[in-house]
Formats: sequence, structure tokens, C-alpha cells
Amino acid sequence: MKLEIGRIYIKDIQLGQETSVKEGVLTVDKEGLIAKLKEDERIKDVSLDVAKPGEKVRIIPVKDVIEPRVKIEGGNNGFPGVTSKQAQCGEGKTNVLYGAAVVTVGDVVGFQEGVIDMWGEGAKWTPFSKTYNLTVDISVVDGLTPHAHEETVRIAGLKAAEFVGLAGKDVTPDEVITYEMGSIFEETAKYPNLPKVLYAEMMITQGLLHDTYIYGVNAQTILPALLHPNEELDNAVISGNCVAACDKITTYQHQNNSVIEDLYAQHGKEINFLGCIMVPEHTTLAGKLRVSDYVLKLAKMLGADAVVISEEGYGNPDSDLLMICKKCEKAGIITQLITDECAGRDGMSQPLADTAQEAVAVVSGGNVSHVVTLPPADKIIGNAAAIAVLAGGWDGALLEDGTLMCELNAVIGSTSEIGFHNVTCRLY
Amino acid sequence: MSDKYKVLYYVNQFFGQVGGEDKAGMAPEYRGEKIGPALGFEGLLNKNGEVVGTIICGDNYFNENKEKALDFILGTIKDIAPDVFVAGPAFNAGRYGVACGEISKAVAEKLNIPVVTGMYMENPGLDICKEVAYVVRTSDSAGGMRKALPIMAQIADKLAKGIEVGPPEEEGYIPRGMRKTIFVEKRGSQRAVEMLLARLKGQPFTTEMPMPVFDIVEPAPAIKDLSKATIALCTSGGIVPEGNPDHIQSASAQKWGKYDIAGRDALNAPDFYTTHGGYDPVYANEIPDRVAPLDILREFEKEGYIGKVYDFFYTTTGTGTSVSKAKEFGTQIGAELKAAGVDGVILTST
Amino acid sequence: MVKEIERYGIPIVHMATITTISESVGANRIVPTVAIPHPVGNPQLNADDEHALRKALVKKALDGLATEISQPTHFE
Repeated sequence: MKLEIGRIYIKDIQLGQETSVKEGVLTVDKEGLIAKLKEDERIKDVSLDVAKPGEKVRIIPVKDVIEPRVKIEGGNNGFPGVTSKQAQCGEGKTNVLYGAAVVTVGDVVGFQEGVIDMWGEGAKWTPFSKTYNLTVDISVVDGLTPHAHEETVRIAGLKAAEFVGLAGKDVTPDEVITYEMGSIFEETAKYPNLPKVLYAEMMITQGLLHDTYIYGVNAQTILPALLHPNEELDNAVISGNCVAACDKITTYQHQNNSVIEDLYAQHGKEINFLGCIMVPEHTTLAGKLRVSDYVLKLAKMLGADAVVISEEGYGNPDSDLLMICKKCEKAGIITQLITDECAGRDGMSQPLADTAQEAVAVVSGGNVSHVVTLPPADKIIGNAAAIAVLAGGWDGALLEDGTLMCELNAVIGSTSEIGFHNVTCRLY
Repeated sequence: MSDKYKVLYYVNQFFGQVGGEDKAGMAPEYRGEKIGPALGFEGLLNKNGEVVGTIICGDNYFNENKEKALDFILGTIKDIAPDVFVAGPAFNAGRYGVACGEISKAVAEKLNIPVVTGMYMENPGLDICKEVAYVVRTSDSAGGMRKALPIMAQIADKLAKGIEVGPPEEEGYIPRGMRKTIFVEKRGSQRAVEMLLARLKGQPFTTEMPMPVFDIVEPAPAIKDLSKATIALCTSGGIVPEGNPDHIQSASAQKWGKYDIAGRDALNAPDFYTTHGGYDPVYANEIPDRVAPLDILREFEKEGYIGKVYDFFYTTTGTGTSVSKAKEFGTQIGAELKAAGVDGVILTST
Repeated sequence: MVKEIERYGIPIVHMATITTISESVGANRIVPTVAIPHPVGNPQLNADDEHALRKALVKKALDGLATEISQPTHFE
């Protein structure tokens, strides 16, 4: 499979009358996009805005972040199986508005959206302070069920990314990155002496606001599935998640999965990268046992020497992570884990809900309960009062002058468990 | 007055040059001078700080009259109001170590003054204070004094000046057990790949998260006669009365709630709902008893299978809640249940 | 929480779905439940069946409290 990602560097963003990229400036046709999104009768109102790196802007509550892209060759444009007809992802050419992001905002049903600060202290904690963000604030018609509400906002974000992405259709990319890997047999013949490494990506699939979709299929319903890494890098996987903002994998992070990128970088040099197993995190013990057995079985069938396992969320998924680890290590397959920690606001608590002596190589994305103080913003996109009900926020977290005190829990992407950010914990 | 910061020192009778074992019964005394290790300590502060005095107490006296000794010592420290308090080092001396540990803990927690001490890894005083004081790792005997003092002085200097103390391996103290969130140069996925490559090549690597160790509690004895027993219902599933009157957090809970359920047959919607942010709330909000089964317990109560359902139900959210918070909640709730004469507890988790 | 309450000598039964976690953290009396979002219930069943299931689960928990144990025990 061969995928060429063409990066068009975006250096500024504005709302206007047309959708285009000219000399790095992304212009979004405001009325056109609103009209497009309102085709969905469940949407009552759409409010668009932009937020640029360095501006004293706070976006809250954030549901998802999506990278705008356009398919140039092969497959289908958009998100196959969701916003467009089914097609094979991971082949051909895709242009990416590199440095731009669509950020969906708005009260969904629950309490677990997050915050993005574009400047200062808050900007350090989230990778999405460095992107030129188009914010899409969606309110829905009355009487929608929670499930329908979440779906409406999810689809609207994807459609907006697709709409904006079209601006890159006829633009020559600044940089082209090629992701190419043959069949496992071909690659193993090429690199017979390199250790074979799999990536097991755990995904939250626990119901309302907690689901991940692969080609539109709710991953709650699947057995662990083998993906070519290119598929995930090419819009096959999307987030339907509003779990803790700090470590959920947004759609953007699926599109740019850092574990895949960093394993790819070593493919043919230090390792033979076999592919990705998409692992659902279930809410039943039987589900967790089945999934961990299945991952081990796939690893054995593929002859893996090592598996990198990344978690999504915390609490009960810690158990899945360690179950997979234990079973693989006992079978002689080396594991490398990536997770984050619930060590309490003072950092003095146990970092995980479960434990396993086999877990000897673990990367930590930081403590989700680490408290940060974010100074007042000049402008708020969304609704600052929402912090009181977000995971990691608490009543009183919004001080009168607009200062926000919250746990990293509430900051999008801060403790990424796919290692998308550069935060960790150290024993002091 | 000089503009140097103030250090107050604590030693036992031996290092205070009062005497050996025969003087171990001496009551604490304050001397407005530098005695024993305090003398050399000031020289290590590079003229930035001054040791204003030394408290001396006999090891036996302290251990046999802990409260009295602490009262005097804390009172003295409060009056002098040092910028840093230094105790020991105690090396592997058990009674001295416990004294240093207890005093360090009290000073750090009650007076909020930063504390530096020094101990050997196996000193029983270590666990008393290592979470709140900086305990420098020393050898097991006083021969390690010359090595320990400069390290202690360097930490004391930073604490007095309000400079952040670095990681334990750099600064020389025993880890306090705190998971500190920091920025590093490389992103997590790259660190993971590098760790994996090291492991594959058989090279040394260091995990970023040693696995937690959980202690064990002996099972409590069984209820002899269920039909006479009072059973309490607890949940970490975040079921709260409408409006969440105590504002229990949806994740990373900082508190628990206690609600009167006497005269209630069930935790019906919409009087109750879940504020838990970690799972799909639809089913719990439909029938909150699916998480906390008061209705079924009432049935068993009516049938006489159990004596009584306790009049209050306890609740919090489990998701993202630290183990130490959960411990604290358990200790508080357990104390109440014990006092109320509850015979057994059902705790449900989501 | 379970352990701290048990430290007072009060028997406590943990009704939890992910019993592997209960075991790791040191619960002694454990009743495996249905699923995380509805531990003591199953919305897929009809009202009568769900009630029967719920009653059976709670009975196991109560009987667990009345059973002497010397080590972590599942009541299934």
C-alpha cells in the first residue's frame, strides 16, 4: 500500500466569501459552510470563528479536532463509510491543510469536553494551540436524544473538515511524505533480520460519547481488527468521544497518529513494522478477556516479536492494557506500553487502577489530575462556564477575573496516550 | 539583622555534644548557637544563610514523651520562625531517626516550614516523613557526615530561596513518592519507540512508570445472622440526588456524598441520576438502581432476609479519582459506618 | 475505598464488573456484575427478567457478606 500525503503549509486562517488557500492563507467561505452544515435538519444554528496561535483566545467546550484534507487520487474524498461512500483508505494521494484544524465546540450532552488555550500557559499543555483553528459551534434542535445529539455534532465536524479541505484540491503541496509498505511477506523478505513490531491501539468504545468508528463501524461491535497503518493515516478512523479531554484520541490524532509515524520512521531501519491492531475497550469482563486473547492470537499469527500498546482513557481500560501486556509477555512477546496517570492533584497517589509485574516498559503521558492555572482570555469561543461540569473542572474553577483553574483532565490532548505530546511524569 | 535566611537545627543528645546513652533521657532544650553538625552546616550555605540555633533532645526522651517533646519543639520553632528547618542526619540510628521523622513531619505539616533531614534507606524514621520532608540518602553510620551535609545544605539553600528542588537522583534525596508532571523534549511516541528499541537490543532502559503496589487487608469476619443485620449501600457510580447538591465531580472526585434514604423504596429517576463522567449514563439515568440497587435491598428487607437497610447511602465517582482520595473517602465513610453500627456493606462500582 | 472500610472490621462486598481490578487493589469479597454502565441491571432484558437477575446478584452479595473467607473470593 502506498499513500502520499501532500502537506500544504497553512500560515493563517480567515473567514470570507470563498474557500481557498492562497500563499498559505486559508480562507473559509463562512455562509457557504453554514449552509452546508444546516442541510442536516437536526442542526438549529452554526457559529463559525477562527483562533490563531498566540491569540489570547480560549476555546471551550471542545468536542473534537479534525484535520481538513482532500483526496487527490484513489479512494473517496471525506471519511469513507461516514461522510462518503465506502472506499479503501490508505492508497493514492491526499492533500492536507497542514497546520489547520477544525475544532467542534458546543455543549454536547455530557460533561467531558475540553479546553484549548491559544496562548501562554495553557498553550503549552495542548498540541492544538499550534494549529490555525476554525471553530464550529453547533446547536441542535430541541428534543434530540443524547445519542442523536452527539452524532449530529460529530458528523458536522467531519463535514466541515471535508468542506474546508477542498481548498487544497488544486494547490501544489509544500512537502510530500510517502508511506509505503508491501505485504507482511514482502517486507519480511526485505528485512529478514529486523524485529517484527505490531502496534495495538486501544480505543474507547463504551457507549454514548465514548465511541470510536472505523469506516463508520462502531468499534464497540468489532473483534480486534488488523489495519494497514496507512488506513488510519488516511481518514479510516474517527473519534466519537467526549471522554476525558486530556487523553482521548481526537480524529486529528488518528489522522496523524504519532505512534504510527514514529514506528514508520524506523521501518526498514531498526524494525519491521507489521501493522496496527485496533482494540476496542469493552465494559464487560468477558469483553476484556476476549479482546486480550484475540490481540495475542493476532500477534502470534503475524509472528510479532514486540507490540506497542497505547491506551485511551483511564480507570477500567488500565485493566485491558495490563491484560494484553501480561498475556503477550508470558508468550514471549515484548510489550511497550503508553498510558497516563491518575496520581491525584498532589501527585502522591498510585498512578494506575490496576497493576502487573510484567509491565516493565511504560511511557507516561503525565498526571491527568495535575492542576493548571490558566489566566483570563481576551476572547472566549464557546462558553467558559462549561468548565464547572467538565471532567477535571470543578465548581469554583472559573475565578471572577476569568482565570481558569482545572486539572489537565480538561485540556485537550495534554496527557496523550498515543504519545502525541511531550508531557510525562517523574518520581520526585 | 542580616539579610541572610534563617536555619534552625535539630540534633540528639549525642550530636548535640551533651553525652551518650546516659544522656538519652534529656528533655528538649533550645540553644541560640551552632552545635555539632550545625556548625559545619552554616559554612556550607555560602554565606547566604545563618544557623540561628540548635534544638537538642534525648532520643529516649523523645520516643517516650512524644507529645510533650513535640509541643516544646514546635513552640520553639514557631517563635524563631526559621526559613528552613534541618534535622539530623540520623544515618541508621532508629530512635534518632524516628525523632527526626516525627519532628520533620510535624514541622512540615503543622508549621508549613520546609524541612531537610538525612537518613539511611532502612531507617524506620524514613517512612514517617519522606512524603513531606526532603530526606537525603546517607550511609548507615556517622562516617557519612561529611558527604551528607553538603547535599542537605544545597537542598536547604534552594528551599530557603524558593528555588525548585530538582529530581531526587540529581539532588540526592530519597524520592518522596510524588509523581510530578513535567515537560520533556521528545514526544511520548518517540520515547516509546526508543525504549522499545533499547529493550529489543538488550540495552538498559528505564520505565517512566514503575507499577503500583497495593497492600492487603485481612477479610473482615462474616455476618452471623443476615436477618438481624444492618446493611449499608455505597457506590462509586456517581448516583446523586437531582441537582447534585454537594457538587460531586464527574471525574477525579474530591469528595463523597451521604444521602438520607429512609422511607425511600428505590433511587428513582428523576430524583436521582449519575454525575459520573466515565461511562454511558443513559442506562443509569433511566433506572439509577441499576447502579445502586436500593430497590432490591428493600425487597430483602421486607422479606426479612436482612434486618435493615442503613438510613444513609454513600456515593462518589470512581473515574479518574486517585487511589489516595479513594482511601481517604473509605476511611471517612468506614468511620461513620462503624459508629452507626452497620454490620455489612455493599459497594457497587461502574 | 473497599479496603479502608474493611479495615474497620466491617465485611464489605464489592459488586464490580472488572473484577480483575477489584482483585489487584485488594477487595476480598467480590461479586462480578453485568457491565460498567449498568453493573446491577441489564437494559436488554424485559422487566421481569431484569428484576430476577438483579435480585439474584444482590442475593449473592448478601450471602457473600455472611460467608467466612480467608482470601479474596468471587461469589458467582
